[in-house]
Amino acid sequence: MSGRWLASIAAGAALLFALSAAAEVAVPPLQARVTDLTGTLSASQIQSLDSRLRDFERSKGSQIAVLVLPSTQPETIEQYSIRLADAWKIGRARVDDGVILVVAKNDRKLRVEVGRGLEGAIPDAVAKRVVSDLVAPYFRTSDFYGGIAAGTEALMKLIEGEGLPAPKSGVVIKGVHHAVDFQAIFLLFVALVLADVILRRFFGHVAAAGISGAIVGAIVWLAAGVLAFAILGGLIGFVIALVNGLGGRGGGWSSHGGWSSGGWSGGGFGGGGGGFSGGGGGFSGGGASGSW
Amino acid sequence: MRKLWAAVMVLATAALSGCGYNDIQRGDEQVKSAWSEVLNQYQRRNDLVPNLVNTVKGFAAQEQQVLTQVTEMRSRVGSMQATPELINDPAAFRKFQEAQGQMSQALSRLLVVAENYPQLKSDANFRDLQAQLEGTENRIAVARNRYIKAVQEYNVLIRTFPNNLTAMLFSYQTKPSFAVEDEKAIAKPPTVDFGKK
Repeated sequence: MSGRWLASIAAGAALLFALSAAAEVAVPPLQARVTDLTGTLSASQIQSLDSRLRDFERSKGSQIAVLVLPSTQPETIEQYSIRLADAWKIGRARVDDGVILVVAKNDRKLRVEVGRGLEGAIPDAVAKRVVSDLVAPYFRTSDFYGGIAAGTEALMKLIEGEGLPAPKSGVVIKGVHHAVDFQAIFLLFVALVLADVILRRFFGHVAAAGISGAIVGAIVWLAAGVLAFAILGGLIGFVIALVNGLGGRGGGWSSHGGWSSGGWSGGGFGGGGGGFSGGGGGFSGGGASGSW
Repeated sequence: MRKLWAAVMVLATAALSGCGYNDIQRGDEQVKSAWSEVLNQYQRRNDLVPNLVNTVKGFAAQEQQVLTQVTEMRSRVGSMQATPELINDPAAFRKFQEAQGQMSQALSRLLVVAENYPQLKSDANFRDLQAQLEGTENRIAVARNRYIKAVQEYNVLIRTFPNNLTAMLFSYQTKPSFAVEDEKAIAKPPTVDFGKK
């Protein structure tokens, strides 16, 4: 009896799993510029593509990523590709200068997904030519490395001519998309006022203000993950708490609190061998697809 | 005095952020910007049509029916007032959708017809235009999906408590989205009847 139960549960779970698997192909985590889920490219080929793309990012600032996967079914390559682009966020934030080359090997389909900022440098018609005149012929002879290398070279040449902001010496700023959270600031304000009141019981005005400032700085740092503004926030907190303490004699309820926004650019270095992350680039579906 | 002021500030902040007023503002802006992106991409498609029609005419002038249909649809879509305010008027929104859907069908019929002309198909100009059209159709699809998502979030936001009270107070209404039937009509391949004409 229990065996049958187990079997039916297992069958149900398997069915669920199959259904969710059939729903859509998951976006792989972004770990390197070149991701090959099919084992088509050799390690040295990936290495050379990756280093070429890394050099390009250092000199020009634009990010190019490559994904080779077995299939995007049941989605079309366009549907999958925009999901991928939204998840990976290749390219710099606000410059939106990322390009992703997606190859669905068993579907015999490929696509160049162009970031919003590069639609002038790589218009759809040009992307189409890269896809069907340049890359597809290599793929037809099963030379996947050759096709990907030729395609990325062509894309780099196209981007080269575009006037883009200079790269920021290898530092990719993370967390720029952290909007200032009004409610967090409000809570911070309340916390500071309370902390200041309590601390003033035990320490002097200046020391209490100093500690309050430090607390504000620490919270901002934790919240935004960015340090320059955290120090700034801490200083503001210190000054306000100090002024507060001197003015509001006798403690009790003291008004203003210290708050700040933003934070330090504790960003990861995009150039490192292991870690690679998208800079926050936006996509709107530009580019071209083709088959071979 | 200072205490009172601080208390008022705290209360006002708590009241406004607690009732979702700020969230509604944010959602409203997101829907608006998603919608203008949709309009943008439709406009881009419309701008491609004259060139496309002229190129096809050069090789397949006898396909009058399809060509005039596309041109007519273009002028009809162009004459519609595609303003951002369209999303606050469900009837006009639906009309706009229908016109754009017919435009899509007319265009895909044109492309199907073009398949019969090898010379046209290999023309570099036509290939570029076709790539542009494909790209634009994809952008439209992406923009529509993002709009659907933004509207969904917004509608859920203003229907849930306590935001619904705030929405009522400031007269914010749910926004129309693309119906599934539209999606099907657009995704459906055009029917070609070579027999009768």
